[in-house]
Amino acid sequence: MIRIEGLTKHYGSTVVLQGINHAQDRGQTVVFIGPSGGGKSTFLRCLNRLETADAGRVTFGDLVMDHTAIPSAREERLLRQRVGMVFQQFHLFPHRTALGNVMEGPRHVFGLSAAEAESRARDLLARVGLSDRAGHLPSQLSGGQQQRVAIARALAMHPEVLLLDEPTSALDPELRDEVRGVLRRLAGEGMTMILVTHDLRLARQVADQVVFLDGGRVAESGPPGRILENPEFERTRDFVRRVLHD
Amino acid sequence: MDAASRPAQLPGRCPAPERIRGVFLSLVLWLTGATVLADTWSDVRQRGSLRWGDDAEGGAPYIYHPPDQPSELIGFEVEFAAALSAKLGVRSEFVQNNWDLLIPSLADGSHFDVIIAGLERTPENLAKVAMSRPYFVFAQQLVVPTADTSTTGLADLRGKRVGVLSASSSHRLAEDFAGIDVRIYQDNVNYFSDLELGRLDAVLTDTPIAQVNLADRPRLRRGGPPFAPGTYAVALRRGDEVLLQRINEAIASLAADGTLERIYRRYDLWSPEQHVLATWQEAERAAVREQRRTLREWRTYLPFLLRAAVTTIWVTCAGMVLAAVWGLLLALIRLYGPTPARWMAVAYIEVFRGTPLLLQIYFIYFGLAQQLGLRLSAGAAAVLSLGLNYAANEAENYRAGIQAVPRGQMEAALALGMSRSLALRRVILPQSLRISLPSVTNDFIAMFKDSSIVSVIALVELTKAYQIRAIDTGDYIGLGLMTAGIYFTISYAASLGARAIERRMHRDPH
Repeated sequence: MIRIEGLTKHYGSTVVLQGINHAQDRGQTVVFIGPSGGGKSTFLRCLNRLETADAGRVTFGDLVMDHTAIPSAREERLLRQRVGMVFQQFHLFPHRTALGNVMEGPRHVFGLSAAEAESRARDLLARVGLSDRAGHLPSQLSGGQQQRVAIARALAMHPEVLLLDEPTSALDPELRDEVRGVLRRLAGEGMTMILVTHDLRLARQVADQVVFLDGGRVAESGPPGRILENPEFERTRDFVRRVLHD
Repeated sequence: MDAASRPAQLPGRCPAPERIRGVFLSLVLWLTGATVLADTWSDVRQRGSLRWGDDAEGGAPYIYHPPDQPSELIGFEVEFAAALSAKLGVRSEFVQNNWDLLIPSLADGSHFDVIIAGLERTPENLAKVAMSRPYFVFAQQLVVPTADTSTTGLADLRGKRVGVLSASSSHRLAEDFAGIDVRIYQDNVNYFSDLELGRLDAVLTDTPIAQVNLADRPRLRRGGPPFAPGTYAVALRRGDEVLLQRINEAIASLAADGTLERIYRRYDLWSPEQHVLATWQEAERAAVREQRRTLREWRTYLPFLLRAAVTTIWVTCAGMVLAAVWGLLLALIRLYGPTPARWMAVAYIEVFRGTPLLLQIYFIYFGLAQQLGLRLSAGAAAVLSLGLNYAANEAENYRAGIQAVPRGQMEAALALGMSRSLALRRVILPQSLRISLPSVTNDFIAMFKDSSIVSVIALVELTKAYQIRAIDTGDYIGLGLMTAGIYFTISYAASLGARAIERRMHRDPH
């Protein structure tokens, strides 16, 4: 369902992505791990074109994005409506309540009526366990609650794929479990997800496949059991050991 | 000048106790209405020059720069002053001073000895300064467009707009005549331009001014015969008895020996009425009127000031609405517009921020009318000037606000599939406007005070009203306190209101 071919990107003379290839079926969750500066975030941001790669092709179902061509603003919008994104720093709209944040997309991008958008938003807040926080502003919520609202906001657009950029990294350790729980449930329900993270416990809980990204290329990939417990490459082993001892 | 003859103490350098004593003394003088007694004649003789104050902007035929020799200064008053000084045996020394402030500056004493500026010998002026025997006889003259064939006198002008010079006889005459919409000007040139442009229905002015201006303005004519004759006299500080006597003798002699007639004929101003100058006798010393105590009579003056404050308020509010809307547009163009539009927005902002508001007002009120035929009313020109000027500041406030919104907000909105403009409207602007609000409301209060600058274009707002009444009454402090009180009350109320709005915005996100 997802096919990434030869995704390449430079910042000036620095190579960030060196021709990444990846394929993934519907309903699968793939977790990208790897050292900081290994191009993980850039990789994810290129997928919904918050950044543009220099070359490569990304296919989501019938939607093909060729990074050598400049897409129209309309194409970009269509892509983003089908591919949701969750950010490390949540980026909730601070001037709207939890409910308002989740309603924003359906109401103003899809043009749903306020009543429809609200009932969809309330369902989603219930799914992430925040029914009682609907009227709260982001500043009145904990980090974990904010990230769950952000996930609900992305889900409100009924995306075919959900991209998650370090969804637990900005959270205090004791708050990570609530977000992990939500994501595990999503994975169980058959959501197609691409995750970038340092959180190996999260990776173990949700991943169908783990990809180790190093120096802008795929160094190793496979089922989580093998990559996380018994990696083949020295660098993967180093990385896993270091992260586990953090 | 050699260093030794300079005054030993400069005002800014005087020791603190003396400065306090000086302030105290002025306060006592003001409270008692006393005048400093010291004769200026000895200064004039010692200095060897008569320093006379006038406003070169007053124009032809009084005092002006001839168009072909802009560095020269000519006019019948320049020549009269020269002849008078010669008679006194001293040099003539012109001192430029704003017309409106001639009398207060004379009283202040440091700049010039006398005023020779077409100042009328009226009870009102005699109440404020001493005046010599007349050196010129003038009358009131109505000037109307040639298209107006019916007007022959003030009675035909009820409900019409009549331009007059601030604090002149024409001004008082027009104000006393019920039903005339009096428009006040600072000089003798702009009201003729406004009359030609259709912003006025008539101008009431002195005969010499009408004489000169009708000569090169074929679209204007005299509206009936001259009336209400009066005389110009030299104004002196009260108490300068010796100087007054010397000047009176000199004028009598200039009138008798035909010098005045020769001068006035050169400017085509001689008329049979001028013979009075030689035979004039002071009928009676004018009763010296006390300086008015406007604070005690606040019931008379406050309503006038409050009415003018209403003008100030609506000019400010309308100007701010324009600035807020146009400024936002400019900020958006500057940040998100196509490159050429972006450059134009930057140029606009820099030009309007980098040039004086006063200049912009003149440009918009007079310049647009002359070059483009765009005849804005004084109110519209005031609102437009303030709005266009402040829009440049507001644009920068908004831009700062927009740039202060974290980049992640735009990305989050785009990631939801929003277009850039929708993201701007739904996500960025609501946040940035909250950030910009305090600076914008500060500017609103600043504009409220800056609106006093529009008094230069025939719009009687609060500062102008103060100026008019202060010249009338001579009480700059009493009226000044009332006016300052009004400004302060309104701006303080506005800042309390602004703070309340800010608090509400923080509490209530919607």
